[in-house]
Amino acid sequence: MSTETLTIGKALNLGLRRAMEDDAKVVLMGEDIGRLGGVFRITDGLQKDFGEDRVVDTPLAEAGILGTAVGLAMRGYRPVCEIQFDGFVFPAYNQIVTQVAKIHARSRGKLTMPVVIRIPFGGGIGAVEHHSESPEAYFAHTPGLKVVAVSNPVDAYWGIQQAIAHPDPVVFLEPKRRYWDKAEVDTAATPDPLFASRVVRGGDDVTVLAYGPMVKTALQAAEAAAEEGRSLEVVDLRTLSPLDLDPVVESVRRTGRCVVVHEAPVTLGLGAEIAARVTEECFHSLEAPVLRVGGYDTPYPPSKLEEEYLPDLDRVLDAVDRALQF
Amino acid sequence: MSVSSATEVVDPVPGAEAPHLPRQPDLVQLLTPEGERVEHPEYAIDLDDQQLRDLYRDLVLVRRWDVEATALQRQGELGIWASLLGQEAAQVGAGRALEPGDHAFPTYREHGVAWTRGVDPLHVMSLFRGVDNGGWDPVATRFNLYTVVIGAQCLHATGYAMGVQRDGAETAVLAFLGDGATSQGEVNEAMIWAASFSAPVVFFCQNNQYAISVPLERQSRVPLYQRAAGFGFPGVRVDGNDVLAVLAVTRAALAAAREGQGPTFIEAFTYRMGAHTTSDDPTRYRLASELEEWKLRDPIARVKAHLSRSGVADADFFAAVEAEADELAARIRRGTTEMPDPPGTAMFDQVYAEQTPHLAAQQAEFEAYQASFEGGGH
Repeated sequence: MSTETLTIGKALNLGLRRAMEDDAKVVLMGEDIGRLGGVFRITDGLQKDFGEDRVVDTPLAEAGILGTAVGLAMRGYRPVCEIQFDGFVFPAYNQIVTQVAKIHARSRGKLTMPVVIRIPFGGGIGAVEHHSESPEAYFAHTPGLKVVAVSNPVDAYWGIQQAIAHPDPVVFLEPKRRYWDKAEVDTAATPDPLFASRVVRGGDDVTVLAYGPMVKTALQAAEAAAEEGRSLEVVDLRTLSPLDLDPVVESVRRTGRCVVVHEAPVTLGLGAEIAARVTEECFHSLEAPVLRVGGYDTPYPPSKLEEEYLPDLDRVLDAVDRALQF
Repeated sequence: MSVSSATEVVDPVPGAEAPHLPRQPDLVQLLTPEGERVEHPEYAIDLDDQQLRDLYRDLVLVRRWDVEATALQRQGELGIWASLLGQEAAQVGAGRALEPGDHAFPTYREHGVAWTRGVDPLHVMSLFRGVDNGGWDPVATRFNLYTVVIGAQCLHATGYAMGVQRDGAETAVLAFLGDGATSQGEVNEAMIWAASFSAPVVFFCQNNQYAISVPLERQSRVPLYQRAAGFGFPGVRVDGNDVLAVLAVTRAALAAAREGQGPTFIEAFTYRMGAHTTSDDPTRYRLASELEEWKLRDPIARVKAHLSRSGVADADFFAAVEAEADELAARIRRGTTEMPDPPGTAMFDQVYAEQTPHLAAQQAEFEAYQASFEGGGH
């Protein structure tokens, strides 16, 4: 029997383990990922089984993690870097944007950068500053990087393996507040492609787009809307760069209405790009402008305010109502 | 030949004596500015006549290339040029210290090292002409592409060296940096990583005294080589205008790295005789007298004096090298001016290992837009 009930966290752990078994060149790097198993225990037990050369407790410096990962990749390794929290990726931002993203193009393809950058992202855990952010747009804006966000244990298990096997650098966003969400994972199944969005609930009235932690919120909103007789189609975007908008366009041409949900601030967030592209592709089908539900354009607030800051079921439904009222 | 151990580095306070530690000679030199061979207690070098002549040839050809490139920029054939004038000995000495299997990570000024790795000068010229980001194969030449973000390559070199360790290979990695780069956080992180993992990497810092216009005093209150002690590995200062000393010191450091003794920091004390790049005007921030002083320490003149005085080379040899330099310059000039522009679609290539559908669509849009002009449609 190859089906197990797994949390997202455990699915990632098993996915990492399997990737390391499959390819001896896979090296995990990060702060506290070895003996401790990571602050979220995603790498629990891996150093014990694979050794200190393959699960590296690094010095405490994120640029160092990414910069040495570049060198390891040049030597033929497949580094998987853990950034402990979203807000701590910025010291590594230079290496990611000026080096990791560009080396394939700079070398005209003579060098590949199969580097995975795992980032627990998003809020909702009552944390202090810098532990609740959604930095995906910075990376999706950078040519040369790929960006994915998983929302469930199945995608976590397969996605991390697919990202590690992929030849391009992948920013792999993990919905930290959903780490403990469970689902059945068939570890013998054939996985969906990594860079593809997926309709996770069919519907006719409004298309709701989400990714990472907001997929669950969107699905809850669709459930509540159904009780009021409204049928929401929910798309889990899964890949943020490149975007896979074919299923979205197909959906919006049917529903005529589109709401994008993310935790990141709305201004110049993924929702802005999606709104522009959906408008271009679906202009004649749209009954309402594409609406965005996201974080406000403020620094992520102290945790006593995060419930107000973060999109929730009600804010999604409010946007759905506005889209329907047009 | 040996690399000094970390404990031999002096107290990192300028002028302060550290009586409990033996003082390391401040500057390793094997060939004086006058061309006189001198001995050093820790670093020896024994080259045959042919090897000495080869080093001289390297120095002359590299300088001739550099002079030609500066001229080509002035004539509008290059967008910009970062001159190595004055740093030939540091670069040739370091480059010739590498074994074939070693790997080098340059900044954007290491044309002399590129030369020693067999990189075609035209593959460097294409970068400065704006045709590509460096046309050489970084894997085949074991010479990474130029890195323009200051110091970023030091981490790459260290990571590469960590890969070497995992491979169990006897390979050393040479990371180039300048004096300004020593202020970068990433360079300091690289040295921490290298020390903590005892990575087989050598940090080769060409202290050419200026980071564009800012003098060394703004980067460091201690001699740069003394910084290594704080990281826990040896630091050594070498006369960067003495190709023999640079070769000896770098060879020793690379050998130590290959033998598992971990990193070394080399400060090659030199001077940037030219501008930072062709866009720079050094008369705004430094005195002509300083330049005159450094002219007396020219890296090529001292080798020529030594070769002449010792009878290792005669006038025919020097003339032949000059002729070869002229041929090289002519080839570089011809190759540069005849270099075709890349096709517009080149920018869409190789962004990813496999082009994404989105980028393919954007390229098609670009091509259609370009084609709209060709038929006179616009």
